[in-house]
Amino acid sequence: MIAFTLNGKPVSLDVESDTPLLWVLRDDARLTGTKYGCGAGLCGACTVHIDGKALRSCSIKVGEVAGASIVTIEGLSPDASHPLQKAWIAEQVPQCGYCQSGQIMKAAELLTANPKPSRDQIITHMDGNICRCGTYNRIIAAIQRASMEA
Amino acid sequence: MTSNIKFETEVSRREFLKGTAALGFTVAISGSGAGVLLSASNARAQAGGSPISVWLTIHPDNTITMFTPGAEMGQGSMTSVPLMLAEEMDADWDKVKLEWAPSDVQVYGYGSGDRKSMAIVGSRAVRSYFDQMRTAGAQVRKLLLQAAAKHWDVPVAELTTEPSVVIHAVSNRRLNYGEIARFVEVTNGMPEVSEADLKKPEQFRLIGKSQPRRDIPLKVNGTAQFAIDVNLPGMLYATTVHSPMHGAAPESWNDTEIKALKGIHATVKLPTGVAIVGDTFAYVIAARKQLKVNWGATQSHDYDSESVLDSEYVKVHADPSALSKPVFSTGDADSAFTAAARTYKADFRADYAYHAQMEPLNAVARINAAGDQIEVWDGTQSPDRCREMVAEALGVNLDQVTVNQCYMGGGFGRRSEGDYTVEAALVAREIKKPVKLIWTREEDIGYGMFRPQNYQCLEAALDSSGKVSGWKHCIVGDGEGLLTGGMKIDLYYKVPNQYIDLRGTSHGIRLKHWRAVAHPFNIFAIEEFIDRMAVAEGVDPIDFRLNRMAITPRGRKVFEKVAEMANWQQPRPEGRALGLSITERSGSLGACVVEASLNKALGKIKVHKVWMAVDGGLIVQPDAARANIESGINFGLSSVLHERVTVKGGVVQQTNFHDYNVMRMSDTPELIQIEFVDPDQDRPQGLGEIGNPAIPAAVAGAFFRLTGKRLSHMPFTRARVLAAMQA
Repeated sequence: MIAFTLNGKPVSLDVESDTPLLWVLRDDARLTGTKYGCGAGLCGACTVHIDGKALRSCSIKVGEVAGASIVTIEGLSPDASHPLQKAWIAEQVPQCGYCQSGQIMKAAELLTANPKPSRDQIITHMDGNICRCGTYNRIIAAIQRASMEA
Repeated sequence: MTSNIKFETEVSRREFLKGTAALGFTVAISGSGAGVLLSASNARAQAGGSPISVWLTIHPDNTITMFTPGAEMGQGSMTSVPLMLAEEMDADWDKVKLEWAPSDVQVYGYGSGDRKSMAIVGSRAVRSYFDQMRTAGAQVRKLLLQAAAKHWDVPVAELTTEPSVVIHAVSNRRLNYGEIARFVEVTNGMPEVSEADLKKPEQFRLIGKSQPRRDIPLKVNGTAQFAIDVNLPGMLYATTVHSPMHGAAPESWNDTEIKALKGIHATVKLPTGVAIVGDTFAYVIAARKQLKVNWGATQSHDYDSESVLDSEYVKVHADPSALSKPVFSTGDADSAFTAAARTYKADFRADYAYHAQMEPLNAVARINAAGDQIEVWDGTQSPDRCREMVAEALGVNLDQVTVNQCYMGGGFGRRSEGDYTVEAALVAREIKKPVKLIWTREEDIGYGMFRPQNYQCLEAALDSSGKVSGWKHCIVGDGEGLLTGGMKIDLYYKVPNQYIDLRGTSHGIRLKHWRAVAHPFNIFAIEEFIDRMAVAEGVDPIDFRLNRMAITPRGRKVFEKVAEMANWQQPRPEGRALGLSITERSGSLGACVVEASLNKALGKIKVHKVWMAVDGGLIVQPDAARANIESGINFGLSSVLHERVTVKGGVVQQTNFHDYNVMRMSDTPELIQIEFVDPDQDRPQGLGEIGNPAIPAAVAGAFFRLTGKRLSHMPFTRARVLAAMQA
């Protein structure tokens, strides 16, 4: 049994400790907002917060997060009201949408540490998260909007 | 717009009902807008609302549920397509809820007869459904007006509509659509409508006015359902291991060893792969690493893409006896070259490209206990084609297969082929349990279907006045029609004498439509070649196109517009330069200017600003249209700066995003400015693929103005840029 906090609630799961966290979240906890993109920590589609840090859940074994606090897109806000989620809608950011949970989780980490990031700081922070649809310009605009409205 | 609406009787009622489940009333409208078919059951017998047409149900609370045939991969057509119906129906869009249309092509396809299709490919959704959605909407509106007129016993001509309300101004009475739906009778089919029943553009409430996309709220809170998110009771997980060489069948594998691994239930032989089935995806991907397969023979076993491109393709082009398939010809190209004052010639190359859609291919399949009903969950660009492929592979009838549409984590042409869906269905049948089959990213690339590599040679003849009088363009490669799109410059350059041809080869590598198919490499070659001529002739590249290329008025307009947007004549800051390109695609025409700089030590090109003027016909949803073009521009940049697939010894060399590089945020231009030319035309054109084909030549042109050197081989990797700088 591996116990951790998931979106603010304690969970205890009977899974093998070397299982990638991504698949535990998706298939055991049934939180499918976190996506599988590459399985190798290269694209950022699986980004979640582990004790406040945005990390790639495909490359972290569930055993490593015992006792940690994990937040997924489903737990970022109770009703999709996080300033970034609102800004993502206002700027009509997502296209296919598959990478966007990871993008939002990565951006949320930035705004927590730096509520008023510059454009260059946004790009440096977000550069590891691939968006194949090329919504990068709108992601930047949405982060700027959220930082102004937060 | 058609005015000859008539009843269509070829399709039986039973056929219709199959595709429409519980709907009582069914209306099929063919692509030309003609043809209405009605079934006779009582709409009011349906609990909760009146299914007025195959497309929609009006509920007593005045909400409407509408089917959308716009398969959604981010381009917004799940919203834009039914919005056109809502426009003509004068529905209150805020009260319209969308559901996926069933995969019944006869009911929900566009086109007509045997050529009906639901394929959302080729930037086609809005333009292909435009007439039939508007016609269907006008029919529903007319039906509601007639019903209200009868109810009030007033002439229908005295009635008007506001969103979801019929109004009799004379008596100051109003009935909302939900109220009318309680008594509307559809006994004699849908009313005929003509051009006069359609709204005039100044009456549009939705077309031309950006509405929020319906999928977006679900894509910011993690609830949008992609196929990979589907979970069925008792479902197992599977992954496929394909031959490292395309097309090979598995002959044997370490079956006992694999099945002995923890959590693994079965292995299943597939036409070109072995599926491993287990309790969780984590188990099956762990087992994947242990699988050892003996593969059968295949054509591609010793294929080496780089050497073939550099040697064989050039030889095929030089061989006078090589089979030449004409793509387009006009006038007499040979005579133009004989009579030329001077001629130009250049050759170009492009590598294979991979779709790299963010959601790896996957599908969920379930077969009932009797084994005669198959259900699949797939994010598919072609639900009808997916259904046919599954039915064919399992040897069952179409009506035994149900396709449940899901959101697509990217398509770009890859998801119009349901090869992975067929695999899921075959595995589900074998193991007699529901299964979710996911290709790993490594499989998605390794067994990908690529935009074909190619070699091109272009030649131009100029007459004594300096005008281009003759044009020859030959492309060499594998893939037939996947190579020739975009070669027809006659859509904007009316050069009087042209000969355009294809010389085919074959390697056994899987190939597929990729965003804008062949336009990216053909438009690159065409526009880069023209840029070289303009420079050699000492003429500004826009002036050369306007004055020497017999440009159409529409082409002139987009160039003039983009020149104004980019302030083309204004000098750029030190280290910056401009390049430009035109492209057509799916009825649209766009001209693009980029401003770029170069890190000479790293060979890294950086595009800072992009301006694009697009004639896309009527712009149905301006913000979504812009988003499509922004996406295309970034996709084009990604492709031309980074993306290449190579094959060595028959094996694809790239395995994941570390060696198949796609563009990151740091490469995105700080400015992307898009303007629409003549956006109030009669009908829309395609916009999903107008952005990317214009990028390569614009970038190459800017590179020339920064270095005096030319780029001839896509993509412009840093190694190629450094080599070009030293050439």
